[in-house]
Amino acid sequence: MLSISPTYLLYYLPLLVAISIVYGGTRHEDMGAILRQALHTAYWVTGFMGIIFLILMVIGWWV
Amino acid sequence: MANPSSATNRIEVDGHQFDLGNRSLAALLAWLVPGAGHYYQGRKSKAAMFFIAILTTYFVGFAIGGGHVVYASWVPNDKRWNYICQLGVGVAALPALVQTNRLRGFTDERTGQTRASYEPLWGGFMAPPRRPVFEDNPDDVAAWYARLGAGYEMGTWYTMIAGLLNILVIYDAYSGPLSTPISGRRRDEEEEASEEADEEPAAADDSSAANTAPQAAAAKAGKPVGQPAS
Repeated sequence: MLSISPTYLLYYLPLLVAISIVYGGTRHEDMGAILRQALHTAYWVTGFMGIIFLILMVIGWWV
Repeated sequence: MANPSSATNRIEVDGHQFDLGNRSLAALLAWLVPGAGHYYQGRKSKAAMFFIAILTTYFVGFAIGGGHVVYASWVPNDKRWNYICQLGVGVAALPALVQTNRLRGFTDERTGQTRASYEPLWGGFMAPPRRPVFEDNPDDVAAWYARLGAGYEMGTWYTMIAGLLNILVIYDAYSGPLSTPISGRRRDEEEEASEEADEEPAAADDSSAANTAPQAAAAKAGKPVGQPAS
């Protein structure tokens, strides 16, 4: 199903952490609020990419 | 000259008051070293957070890219536009400019070919490939790709993203946190409204229960709760 090794997906995790933390940090000043925003961003990004993945998978299966 | 610590630079976010100080200086420091602008403003927790998050991403990318993913080059077949993004991390990307300047001195302007006597500084750290660069040619770039495979691509992405993230940090140092996303604010309001609706007198008799739904609806719409409809 995947044309690459699933271990390549591990490259995604450090990026997700860095992006979420910086994104949260540039929207809040309180550490608790930053972490909550970071978590929200991580969920959102992962969900968005998951949806894109599913769409591409369906297109790949279809075509 | 404006007082860099004037009252206009003092802001409050999430209950924390802080002085942005000389905003231009803070932005410059934030570009040079991620988090340095925040440290200058006394926002030390955020400074440490940005420093670690951005520079870790940058150097991890640099390492998995074999140390060759950050270089400055703008010649035919090797327009390294990625460096524009990587430059966002500041000092950590500047040695590439020194290397490019050195390579230029060893490149024949007429043929565009690097002389055999060329030796990059610092063992090739952030040095651009020797000229000329042609697709499908066994040059330096081809060797890096062959040796590092996906690591070269991923390293390039990591370093680029680190540079782009620092632009957000520079903005934060210059003018404070960006506004909370509208979606988040709206959800908070909805939660408050539903909590207020839940706090309606639970001891009310059954006859008042019929009014609960309209009250909750009014609360969600941002109207005062508990008042009779006029």
